[in-house]
Amino acid sequence: MAEVLVYVDHVDGAVRKPTLELLTLARRIGEPVAVALGNGAADTAATLAEHGAVKVLTHDASEYAEYLVVPKVDALQAAHEAVSPAAVLVPSSAEGKEIAARLALRIGSGIITDAVDLEAGDEGPVATQSVFAASFTTKSRVIKGTPVITVKPNSAAVEAAPAAGAVEALAVTFSGQATGTKITGRTPRESTGRPELTEAAIVVSGGRGVNGAENFSIIEALADQLGAAVGASRAAVDAGWYPHTNQVGQTGKSVSPQLYIANGISGAIQHRAGMQTSKTIVAVNKDAEAPIFELVDFGVVGDLFDVVPQLTDEIKTRKG
Amino acid sequence: MSLRIVVTVKYVPDATGDRHFADDLTVDRDDVDGLLSELDEYAVEQALQISENADDAEVTVLTIGPEDAKDALRKALSMGADKAIHVEDDDLHGTDAIGTSLVLAKAIEKAGYDLVISGMASTDGTMGVVPALVAERLGVPQVTLLSEVSVEDGTVKGRRDGDAASEQLEASLPAVVSVTDQSGEARYPSFKGIMAAKKKPVESWDLSDLDIEAEEVGLDGAFTKVETATERPARTAGTIVKDEGEGGKQLAEFLAGQKFI
Ligand SMILES: Cc1cc2nc3c(=O)[nH]c(=O)nc-3n(C[C@H](O)[C@H](O)[C@H](O)COP(=O)(O)OP(=O)(O)OC[C@H]3O[C@@H](n4cnc5c(N)ncnc54)[C@H](O)[C@@H]3O)c2cc1C
Ligand SMILES: Nc1ncnc2c1ncn2[C@@H]1O[C@H](COP(=O)(O)O)[C@@H](O)[C@H]1O
Repeated sequence: MAEVLVYVDHVDGAVRKPTLELLTLARRIGEPVAVALGNGAADTAATLAEHGAVKVLTHDASEYAEYLVVPKVDALQAAHEAVSPAAVLVPSSAEGKEIAARLALRIGSGIITDAVDLEAGDEGPVATQSVFAASFTTKSRVIKGTPVITVKPNSAAVEAAPAAGAVEALAVTFSGQATGTKITGRTPRESTGRPELTEAAIVVSGGRGVNGAENFSIIEALADQLGAAVGASRAAVDAGWYPHTNQVGQTGKSVSPQLYIANGISGAIQHRAGMQTSKTIVAVNKDAEAPIFELVDFGVVGDLFDVVPQLTDEIKTRKG
Repeated sequence: MSLRIVVTVKYVPDATGDRHFADDLTVDRDDVDGLLSELDEYAVEQALQISENADDAEVTVLTIGPEDAKDALRKALSMGADKAIHVEDDDLHGTDAIGTSLVLAKAIEKAGYDLVISGMASTDGTMGVVPALVAERLGVPQVTLLSEVSVEDGTVKGRRDGDAASEQLEASLPAVVSVTDQSGEARYPSFKGIMAAKKKPVESWDLSDLDIEAEEVGLDGAFTKVETATERPARTAGTIVKDEGEGGKQLAEFLAGQKFI
């Protein structure tokens, strides 16, 4: 059976959820061979094996943490040469897309980014994408070379599918470009204890209607009752009320949770671009004409300062 | 020595318009008004700021696109760029990211450069990969997705706010930079700028000027193929209630019905 390379996104050996989703998709096309790089690479093997990786190629070197993107491209290229896979799948993060693109160029292949689904096809994998702020759905294929495809978080279920997951050392020779861009400092993001925005099953967002950084506690209280991540519109971020890492939309994160709750957000096209594929959409907005109501499964026309705390209390009561 | 900055800008269909596909499944660029991609305005802005802080710098804006793409160049010139290059050729229709990066890299080399500045992503394709591809082709460092950038003594420095960490980056020129919409508001063209732009040089190049064969680009040269594009069915109208004091409870009822609570 053909092998499929899966690039592993992990933090010091802890595999992030989108990679496990990729393994589910990879198994539709062939046998997943995972590539894990950097500190803790070998520690990823057990989790990857549990989710279907037949092999885990690992390599650790200081270059991965000290220089931007290119060392990882060099390693993925080495894996591509070693395995001759039927496809290469990479999580659709900002960095993942850059790695995938440079790899595609080097191996003479095409690249598809931000797939939301993947199926095997007679002429190779077919990727589903959601474009123009999710107003169109396209199906595309890479028609030259090994398909390189990046896949968005929440595009498939994580499934247990035990496989060998044999760890093998990957031999990597760094290219002349590998040390071109030096990472001279790194400030890790502080954990909020809440789920990762792009991975969360529920996202509760606040916009300009929240009217102040201090009022975001209302949004956070609802999020915590639901075990949700907190999002924000660009208007709220630009006003300095919430960090940019939590921005949902075209220039922020693209989310596709089971449930999205928009509070005091009008629903501009650039915001919709980042949340329109959510399964269930709910909004609270005092303006009945707000475009967000065109998207909702359930909407409340009202003041979020009344509705949201009442909702939070009601959930608390129902949970007993 | 003069610092030569090339800014890559894309002419895109207005995102607030009714964007759709043409019969050949390429982005329809005729029926919706186009404009300079808003995200590339940030690239122009940073180029102008870097040039203002340099002893001697020249900002060239470069676009690949149809005839109308000149509008994007004119906007960038009226913001303050010095000159413009328009790569236009009928054979470019349908070019994908890999092909776009080839044409950009050839044009950038022909123009001469020390620093390339791009936007974080185009607002129509939203791939966010072209700057990395151009860096790969040019064989120079990529210093991408910066929310802060500066150039001093032949070195570019910047801050990249990633998912897991915020990183400080550094590379020697020549280099390819891309900037995000966090890098600083783009200036509006002044009346004087708009008038001056009319006199600024706009060069037109076609594929033969860049020694690129027609088969390398366009739909024929594409590495990817869109097989189907279907309009997403309008969401079925949801339930909308007006809060009369029970809105939060009604919402909780809905969420419970959907098994979220
Ligand atoms: C290139 C580009 C990229 C962009 N990228 C993004 C992006 O990634 N993400 C993003 O979100 N935006 C993005 N934008 C901005 C986008 O166009 C909108 O300006 C933004 O989404 C508006 O945010 P908002 O809905 O919070 O604010 P507004 O549009 O001002 O809406 C606020 C809403 O809150 C309601 N409201 C006010 N008070 C209350 C209250 N007490 N109770 C209930 N409702 C209330 C109002 O009725 C209104 O509908 C981008 C724009 C551009 C040009
Ligand atoms: N046709 C084009 N002409 C000039 N620059 C482009 C073109 N396409 C993409 N770019 C540049 O590459 C960046 C990223 O584009 P993309 O990878 O398509 O999202 C844009 O912000 C532009 O700076």
